[in-house]
Amino acid sequence: MKFSILINEGPYTHQASDSAYHFTEAALRAGHEIVRVFFYHDGVYNGTRLSVPPQDDRNVCERWSALGQEHSLELILCVAAAQRRGLLDEGEARRAGKDSNNIAPGFEISGLGQLIDAGIQADRLVLFGD
Amino acid sequence: MATKKFLYVNRKPPHGTIYALESLEVVLIGAAFEQDVTLAFIDDGVYQLLKNQDSSAIGTKNFAPTFRALGDYDVNKIYVERESLEMRGLGKEDLMPLTWEDEDDDWAEKDSIHIVSSTELAEIIEQQDVLLNF
Amino acid sequence: MSVLHIINKSPFDRNSLDTCLRMARPSSAILLIEDGVYALLGNSTAATSLRQAQENHPVYALQPDLQARGISEENMLDGVTLVDYDGFVKLTTEYDKSQSWL
Repeated sequence: MKFSILINEGPYTHQASDSAYHFTEAALRAGHEIVRVFFYHDGVYNGTRLSVPPQDDRNVCERWSALGQEHSLELILCVAAAQRRGLLDEGEARRAGKDSNNIAPGFEISGLGQLIDAGIQADRLVLFGD
Repeated sequence: MATKKFLYVNRKPPHGTIYALESLEVVLIGAAFEQDVTLAFIDDGVYQLLKNQDSSAIGTKNFAPTFRALGDYDVNKIYVERESLEMRGLGKEDLMPLTWEDEDDDWAEKDSIHIVSSTELAEIIEQQDVLLNF
Repeated sequence: MSVLHIINKSPFDRNSLDTCLRMARPSSAILLIEDGVYALLGNSTAATSLRQAQENHPVYALQPDLQARGISEENMLDGVTLVDYDGFVKLTTEYDKSQSWL
């Protein structure tokens, strides 16, 4: 089956991102296709390159990057939610006149249309949030 | 493009958190995709539709008036759970009068908001293809 | 069209479980994940509601979340099917859609 995953909360504060990660891994293990993983609201914080968690804890953000790269997943951060919260790629940072960017590898910034499209394309849309 | 039935479930009040505002943003962007859209307001979500909201004194973007534009975006199936209203001591008269113009009925202005029971809303949920909660 | 209702909050923190039970039709199932699993612990009012709901709906719980919270078959509601993440994925394929009560 084709799955789309929606994650509405950031790393660590809520379990949502962890639950979504384990679900996505399990779906891939079962041979399902992941259309897109879409990050909305504070979920965009999962896409930061600058997270430095303690050494003895899981690295939520890097884990998503790695899974994304291993399986060629689309990890999409909603542009409006990301801009509000200061998650910028190189292009956005330049356009907004900011002095740096902070998106992690494997993540892409795109519009809310990608969420609607994810719902249209998938057989199942599963949400994780607060 | 395939047409699917999208239901947006709203259970959180506006202003104290961003969920109501960002949920509405999805609805408006989604309108361009010509899908079959329904909105449900349950529990504290019903507070999003209260009349006379004015967030100027708290200094946030006043997005409540945006609900009035939904009719122009062909979003005219707005269901509010009766039990949620009653628990909160509210009635239809407390809600914004959201309307749409039915081009198949000589542009007659019609109510977008329908107050329904849990049972009716449960049936509506079951009929949908994609269930979004924020 | 069957619905898999997913609850992730404690019934004493949010009313998601109550609302879900108001809206769950006979063909649907309930899956408790994250803090939602607290509804299964002990002889609480929530466990009582779930016991009644079990007459009409299969109830599932995500075992890793139970384990994290010190909940096991010894101190939780009977008749709940435990699933791991693989089982969670399988459930979402068996039901037509999932409703995450956020």
